[in-house]
Amino acid sequence: MNAVAATAGIGVSPGFMKSTGHGLFNFFAGLAILFALWWIGIFLVTLDPSMASFASFGPAPAFRAVGTLWHEGLIQTAIWTSGSRLGIGLLIAIGIGVPLGIFMGRNRTFGELSNTPFQLMRMISPLSWEPIAVIVFAGWDQAIIFLIAIGSIWSVAFSTAAGLAKVDPNWFKVARNLGASHWHILTQIIVPAITFDVLTGIRLALGVAWIVLVPAEFFGVTSGLGYTIEDARESLAYDHLMAMILVIGAIGYVLDGIILRLIKRYSWHRGG
Amino acid sequence: MTVRGVHIKIQDLTHRYTAKSPICFEKTNLEAKRGEALAIIGRSGCGKSTLLHIMAGLLKPTSGAVYLDDELVDKPSPRWVMMFQAPHLFPWMKVSQNVGIGLHFAGWSEAKKRDRVAEAINLVALQDYAENNVQDLSGGQQQRVALARSLVMEPEMLLLDEPFSALDAFTRAALQRDVRSIAKRLGINLVIVTHDIDEAVLMADRALIMAGSPGKIYDELDIDLPDPRERQDPTVQAMRARLMEAFHKAAGGAPAGGASCNGHEEPEIGNGGSAKPQVVSAAAMKKGKKG
Repeated sequence: MNAVAATAGIGVSPGFMKSTGHGLFNFFAGLAILFALWWIGIFLVTLDPSMASFASFGPAPAFRAVGTLWHEGLIQTAIWTSGSRLGIGLLIAIGIGVPLGIFMGRNRTFGELSNTPFQLMRMISPLSWEPIAVIVFAGWDQAIIFLIAIGSIWSVAFSTAAGLAKVDPNWFKVARNLGASHWHILTQIIVPAITFDVLTGIRLALGVAWIVLVPAEFFGVTSGLGYTIEDARESLAYDHLMAMILVIGAIGYVLDGIILRLIKRYSWHRGG
Repeated sequence: MTVRGVHIKIQDLTHRYTAKSPICFEKTNLEAKRGEALAIIGRSGCGKSTLLHIMAGLLKPTSGAVYLDDELVDKPSPRWVMMFQAPHLFPWMKVSQNVGIGLHFAGWSEAKKRDRVAEAINLVALQDYAENNVQDLSGGQQQRVALARSLVMEPEMLLLDEPFSALDAFTRAALQRDVRSIAKRLGINLVIVTHDIDEAVLMADRALIMAGSPGKIYDELDIDLPDPRERQDPTVQAMRARLMEAFHKAAGGAPAGGASCNGHEEPEIGNGGSAKPQVVSAAAMKKGKKG
């Protein structure tokens, strides 16, 4: 994974985080343009009377449906269920990916040995593991968590290793010189030095996990954001479908914003 | 801050990095009194920096030993700390956190640490910057932070590996004067490795000239000058001339090797107006260390 590419996106901060009025205006203006294009698209499609039933794909029915679904508690339940799967999957990915990345970065032989296999694994679409996951795991929940973990682990591991590669070896010399133990070197030098890169890897992992989550929930389970969309499609409730798409987009955006804040909080690179 | 110096004894020290690499130095012997400021002058690659790393316990010698008050140096310790050419500060920390990191490693409580850190920061005159991130500081200020980080441990010996060579002439002069005065005030032993003759005259009580490959201590000169020492002072200039002459004599007579003992040349960095020592001939000469 390319750490430079990974960090490049950091400059593009969510509009609402900018404190300037100008940033806030652009934030709402951008959203207004998106919704306007959405409305125009549906309006043009429904000009043909035979396509009139597609009107419920429009923004107004979608926003109304968000209110209805929220009132019924469906959105909250779906967020909680999907969020739990996402959270557990990501935690597993971080729990394995960070130590793996540290080992890749610290042990040259392991780093070289693991590079090709891990790059290869990284390029496998996580969803292609689904048939195997379903066979291996007893429940669909575990299978979905596995898909999220297997999709996210590589970004975390490669970012961690890339972060470690940038650590100045002189810091270890200075620390040893001042009486640091191995534990001190890990907690006081390595961890703060690479937190920025680890979080960048987690941000990429979240992006992958969020994309994997919805299709992974299309089959087998009877809860979650993906299931709710699939259910809406089958019952031809297009306004509900679009409402869930809105919810997925909004949550993904907020989660990304939270990690971005953490990245900025823990970044010690000047001008970064 | 109560600090005391230590009696340094180096016995038959020999080092080579690998069995196939050239010998850095062979059977080197050296003693320094408690609180003495010692400068080791030599060309890049003569092994002086390796010698300093061994004295700091950061490198194990091939044979021989370093004793501080009869205690064998075989690992790094906050009692003998080293300052490097670059400050190598931790960029995610504030000045006070960088200074206090050694005390943190030693398990000091926050309250105890705070007082000692403030004292060390005052010592290097950076009290106005204590809560700044170290990246906000100039090169000279950063090197002062590194000095405070070393001094906060109340070391018995401070080892300096060309610590000011990357700084501008004014900052370097100020730090040379300050480090010597702080070390003298606290009674710490200083061991300075440098290829800057001026630096040795301004900072040391005694200068050792190391040359050749394998490196040997060829000569030594007492620098018995009053403090504060000013570069333009005629006595300083006279001492500088004597040291330069001794250096040329030693370097000219030493067998010059090709690559340095650790396989790469140290950077040659300007030394603030003073002429750079040069090896003028490669004629072999027997060990000429005095006393």
